[in-house]
Amino acid sequence: MFAGIVFLPLLGAIVAGFFGRIIGDRAAQIVTCALMLVSMLLSILAFVDVALGGNPRTVELFTWIQSGALDVSWALKVDTLTAVMLIVVTVVSSMVHVYSVGYMSHDPAIPRFMAYLSLFTFFMLMLVTADNLIQMFFGWEGVGLASYLLIGFWFQKPTANAAAIKAFLVNRVGDFGFMLGIFGCFLLFDTVNFDQLFQAAPEAVGQKINFLGMQLDALTTVCLLLFVGAMGKSAQFLLHTWLPDAMEGPTPVSALIHAATMVTAGVFMVARLSPMFEYAPQALMVVTFFGAITAIFAATVGMVQNDIKRVIAYSTCSQLGYMFFAIGVSAYSAAIFHLMTHAFFKALLFLGAGSVIHAMSDEQDIRKMGGIWKLIPLTYGLMWIGSLALAGVPFFAGFYSKDIILESAFASGSQIGHFAFWLGILAAFLTAFYSWRLLILTFHGKPRADHHVMEHVHESPKVMTIPLIVLALGAIFAGFVGYEAFVGDGRAEFWGASILVLEGKDVIEAAHHVPLWVKLLPIVVGAAGIATAYFVYMLRPGTADAIAEQWRPVYLFLLNKWYIDELYDFLFVRPVRWLGRFLWKEGDGRVIDGFGPDGVAFTTRLISQRTALLQSGYLYHYAFAMMVGVVVLVTWYVFSRMA
Amino acid sequence: MEPTTLVLLPAIPEIFLACAAMALLMIGVFIGDKSLRLVSWLAVGSFVVTAVLLYAFTGWGGRELAFDGLFVADPFALFAKLFILLGSAVAIILSMDYLERENTARFEYPVLIVLATVGMMMMVSANSLISLYVGLELQSLALYVVAAIRRDTIRSTEAGLKYFVLGALSSGMLLYGSSMIYGFTGSIDFAVLAERVQGEASVGVIVGIVFLAAGLAFKVSAVPFHMWTPDVYEGAPTPVTALFATAPKFAAIALFCRVMMEPFGGIADQWQQIVVLISIGSMILGALAAINQTNIKRLMAYSSIGHMGYALIGLAAGSEIGVRGVLIYMAIYIVMNVGTFAIILCMRQQGRMVENISDLAGLSKTHPMMAVALTIFMFSMAGIPPLAGFFSKLYVFLAAIEAQLYTLAVIGVVSSVVGAFYYLRIVKLMYFDEPVETLDRPIGREMGAVIAVSGLFTLLFFVWPAPILNAAAQAAASLFAG
Repeated sequence: MFAGIVFLPLLGAIVAGFFGRIIGDRAAQIVTCALMLVSMLLSILAFVDVALGGNPRTVELFTWIQSGALDVSWALKVDTLTAVMLIVVTVVSSMVHVYSVGYMSHDPAIPRFMAYLSLFTFFMLMLVTADNLIQMFFGWEGVGLASYLLIGFWFQKPTANAAAIKAFLVNRVGDFGFMLGIFGCFLLFDTVNFDQLFQAAPEAVGQKINFLGMQLDALTTVCLLLFVGAMGKSAQFLLHTWLPDAMEGPTPVSALIHAATMVTAGVFMVARLSPMFEYAPQALMVVTFFGAITAIFAATVGMVQNDIKRVIAYSTCSQLGYMFFAIGVSAYSAAIFHLMTHAFFKALLFLGAGSVIHAMSDEQDIRKMGGIWKLIPLTYGLMWIGSLALAGVPFFAGFYSKDIILESAFASGSQIGHFAFWLGILAAFLTAFYSWRLLILTFHGKPRADHHVMEHVHESPKVMTIPLIVLALGAIFAGFVGYEAFVGDGRAEFWGASILVLEGKDVIEAAHHVPLWVKLLPIVVGAAGIATAYFVYMLRPGTADAIAEQWRPVYLFLLNKWYIDELYDFLFVRPVRWLGRFLWKEGDGRVIDGFGPDGVAFTTRLISQRTALLQSGYLYHYAFAMMVGVVVLVTWYVFSRMA
Repeated sequence: MEPTTLVLLPAIPEIFLACAAMALLMIGVFIGDKSLRLVSWLAVGSFVVTAVLLYAFTGWGGRELAFDGLFVADPFALFAKLFILLGSAVAIILSMDYLERENTARFEYPVLIVLATVGMMMMVSANSLISLYVGLELQSLALYVVAAIRRDTIRSTEAGLKYFVLGALSSGMLLYGSSMIYGFTGSIDFAVLAERVQGEASVGVIVGIVFLAAGLAFKVSAVPFHMWTPDVYEGAPTPVTALFATAPKFAAIALFCRVMMEPFGGIADQWQQIVVLISIGSMILGALAAINQTNIKRLMAYSSIGHMGYALIGLAAGSEIGVRGVLIYMAIYIVMNVGTFAIILCMRQQGRMVENISDLAGLSKTHPMMAVALTIFMFSMAGIPPLAGFFSKLYVFLAAIEAQLYTLAVIGVVSSVVGAFYYLRIVKLMYFDEPVETLDRPIGREMGAVIAVSGLFTLLFFVWPAPILNAAAQAAASLFAG
C-alpha cells in the first residue's frame, strides 16, 4: 500500500513524460489524475490505519548504500507524522492535478506539465516517507528539481527562467547547510537512520564539535545546520527571496509547491527531527527567532504588494514563520496542525486566484481588477472562505491552528516565546488586513480593467471549481475536525512516538490554560485588521494612497521588500559576477585560451610559416641541409655515446 | 673464398621480373607509343606472376640465400615485396589515363617502373652492402627518369633533376658510409657484420652507420634529408608522385629495418638515438609544415614525411614488435596513399589537372562518393579510430611504450594531433564550403575501383585485421631469427 502511494505518481510521471506525445494530451491528463487519485485514496486508508489505528511501521524496499558504517536503505517509514503529510500532499496534489486539466487547457505542453506535477508529488512523498536523512535528501533535492522545472515551465519567458534559477540557487544555499548537517550527524552518531539517530541523540548532549575552527556544542551545531536547509526550502527570512519570484510559474504550481507542500518540507523536517532538536534548546531559540521575524516581515511586505499571487506568496512566507516559531517553542503538533490547515486554505486561495486570473484574461495586478464579484460569484465565495480561514476567523480552519500556535508561544513562558507571541499577534492583524485588501481590491469597487477584459470575465469550468470546493471544505472543517486529535486531549495517543517533547516542556498543555485575553486577542486583532481594510479600501477609497504618500519612505521600504534583494545583489551577486567576469575574461580568455588553444594554434601557424621558408627550392640549400644533418647526427651519436 | 655452386632459386621472381622488363621493352620498341596500354597491362600481369612466384618459391617458410649469400629471401622480404608489387601495379594502373590525356603516352614509363620494382625487390632482399647498393641504384635510376618523364615541362624536368642530384649526393654518403664500415670491420656481408659489430662499436663504424643511415633516410625522405620531397612530389607528374609515395617508401623503410636490425642489431641501443632524432624531426615537420600548404601534392609530401616519422618509431624501438609495427604501418600507409592519389588524379576541371586544396571545396555536393572516400582516407591518416590509420599508429606507439621510449611516443601523439588539423581541413572544405568550380566526371573505371577497394580496406580493416597482423608478425620474427 505504502509503495503504491509513493510510486503511482512516479508511474504517472513516466507515462505522461516519456509517452505524452504518443498517447496525447487527454490520455496524459487522465493517467496522471487517475493515478494521483488512487494514491490519495490509499493515503486516506494509510492514515486511518497508521494514525487512527495507532499502527506505525516501516517498510524496507531494498538496500541502497552499504559502505563501512554507512548503511542506507530505501524504506517507507509511515507513522502519524508521515500519515498526516501523506494526506496533505496527496489531497492537495490530486486537486491541483484535476484543476490543471482546466487551467492549462490552452497550453501546448500539457503532458510535460502533468508529468512534472506527478514527478514532484513522487519526490515529495519520498521525502515524507524517508526513514533516513539520505533518502530525505533525495526527496528534498527531487522536489527542488521539480520546483525548478515548474517555475521555469514557460521557458520562453526570461523572467520565468530567472526565477527558476534564483529558486534553485537560493535553495542550494539551504541544501548546503542540510548536507553539512547530514555529514555532522554521521560524524557524531555514525548513522543517518532516524531510529538510531533518535536513540543516540540524548547521549550527544554536551559534546563538542570543531566547526570552522571553533569548538561548538555538537548537537546545536548540527541542528542549526539542518535548520539552514529547512530555511532554504521553507523560505524563511534571509533565504525567502526565491519564493515571491517563484510565482512566475503556472498558478497550480504555486498552489501545490509554493504554498501547500514543498515549502512546508522544512517544517516537516524539523518536526521529524524533534528528538534531536529537543536536546538542542539554543537551536530551538534560533528557530523561534527566525520564525517570528519571517512572520512579521512577510506580513508587512504582503500589505503593499500589487500582484495577486505575490500577496498570497508573502502570506505563505508569513504563515511558514508561524509554523517555525511554534516548533521553536516545542509545539510541534501545533506546527503540523497549522501546516495541514494552511495547506488547504492556501491552496484554495491560490487556486482561487488562478480562477480570477483565468477570468481576467491573465491579468495579475489587483490594481487593474475590481468589480467582478457578481460576475464570478463562486470564486468570490471560495476566496472569502480561504481568507476567513487565513485570517483566523473563528470556526474556520486557520482559527484553531493559529490560535494554538500563539497560545503555545505565550504559554512557553520564555522571553523568546513572548517575543514570538507579540510579533505573531501583530502579524495576525496584518494578515487580516492584507487578506481583505486583496478581496476588496480584486472583487469590489469600480472595474478598473478595460471593457474587453470585463466582457470576457466568466466563471471557471467545473473541472476547476470542483477541486476548489473540495479544498474549501478542508479550509472550513479541517481545524474543527482535527483539533481534538492534533492538539487536544487525544494528542498523545494520536502522535504516538512520531514527535518527541521533553518532560516538563509540554507547551500545548500549558496553552490550554493561558489567560482568556490571550485566547481572545488573535480574534480581536483579526477583526480589527478586517475592519481597517474595509475602512481604508471600501468606505474611504483613497485613504491608502494618502497614507502611502505621507509615509512614503516606509511605503517604499515595504514595497521593495525591505531591500533584501538589492542587498543580496550588492553583497553577493555583483562580487560574484565580477569574479566570474574576471575569471572568464582574464583567467580563461587571456591566460588559458591565450597560452592554451589560441596560443598554441598561433605558434603552430608561425612555425609552419617559418618551416615553409626553409623550403627555398635551391638545390644547394637542400644539399647543405643534408650535410648539416649528417654532421649533427654524427655529433649527436658520438656525444650521446660518451655521456 | 671458395667457389660455390650458384644458387638462384630463391631469386627466381626477381629474375623473372627483370626478364619481363626486357621483354616489355621489346614489345614497346616494336609497336611504339601506341602500345602504352598493352605494355602497362602486361607489366601489371607480370607483377601478378611475380607475386605468385614469390609465394611458390619462398613462401612463408624459412630463410634462403642466393647468389652466394648476397641475396636473402625470407618472410620479411616477402611481406615487403608483396606490398611493393601492389604499389607499383596500382601506380601503373592509375597512370594510363593520365599519360594518354597529357600527351605523355610513352611505353617506357611502365617498363621503367618494372625496372624500379626489380630494384626495390633487390633492396629488401639485400644481404650485403654491395647488393644493397646495387638494388638501391637500380631503383633510383629508374625513378629519376620517371620523375622527369614529361621532359617538355619545366616542372617535371626540374623535379627529375633535383631528385637526381640530391639522390647522387645521398648515394655518395651511403657508399662512403659503407666503405667506412668495411674498413673498420673487414666485411660487407650482413651475417659477418652482425658477428663483428657487437658491444662498444668503434667510432669509425659509428660514423659509417650514420652515413649509411643518412643515405637511407634520404630514400624514406626523413628529416633532415627530406628537402627534395615537396619539390619532387609537386613537380613530378601526379601518377609518378603516387608511385613515389608508395612502393619506394616501403622498399626503403624495409631496407632501413633490415640494415639496422641484421648487421647492426647488436648495437641497437647505440643507433637508437639517431633514429629517434630522425623520427621526431619527421613527425614534427610533417605536422607543422603541411599546415600552410595550398597544393595538395605538396601537402601529401609533408604528410608522407610525417608518416615516415611514425613508421620510424617502430624502428627506433629496435624490437620485434617494433618491426612488426613498421610493417603494419607501411602496409596500411600504402593502401591509404594509393586511394588518396587516385582521388587527386581525379581532380580535373574542364580537362586539365588541378592541384589546389581549395579545388576540393564542396566536393560532397558534386561528387558525394568521392568525398566520402577522401574523408575516410583523411580521417584514417589523422589516426582516428576505427579506421585503419588508427591501428597503424597504435602498433608503433605500443612498440615505443614497450621499449620505454616515452618521449618519442608523447611527441608522436602530440604531433598527430597537430597533423590532424590539415587532414580535417580538407574534410571541412569538402563538406562545409561551397563549390566554386566542379570537378569533371566521370572519373574512370580503374580509378573508381582503386578508390573503392582502398576505401573499403581502410574503413573495414578493423573487422578482420588478422591476416595482415599475422603476416607482419611472421615477417618481423624472421628478421630476428638469424
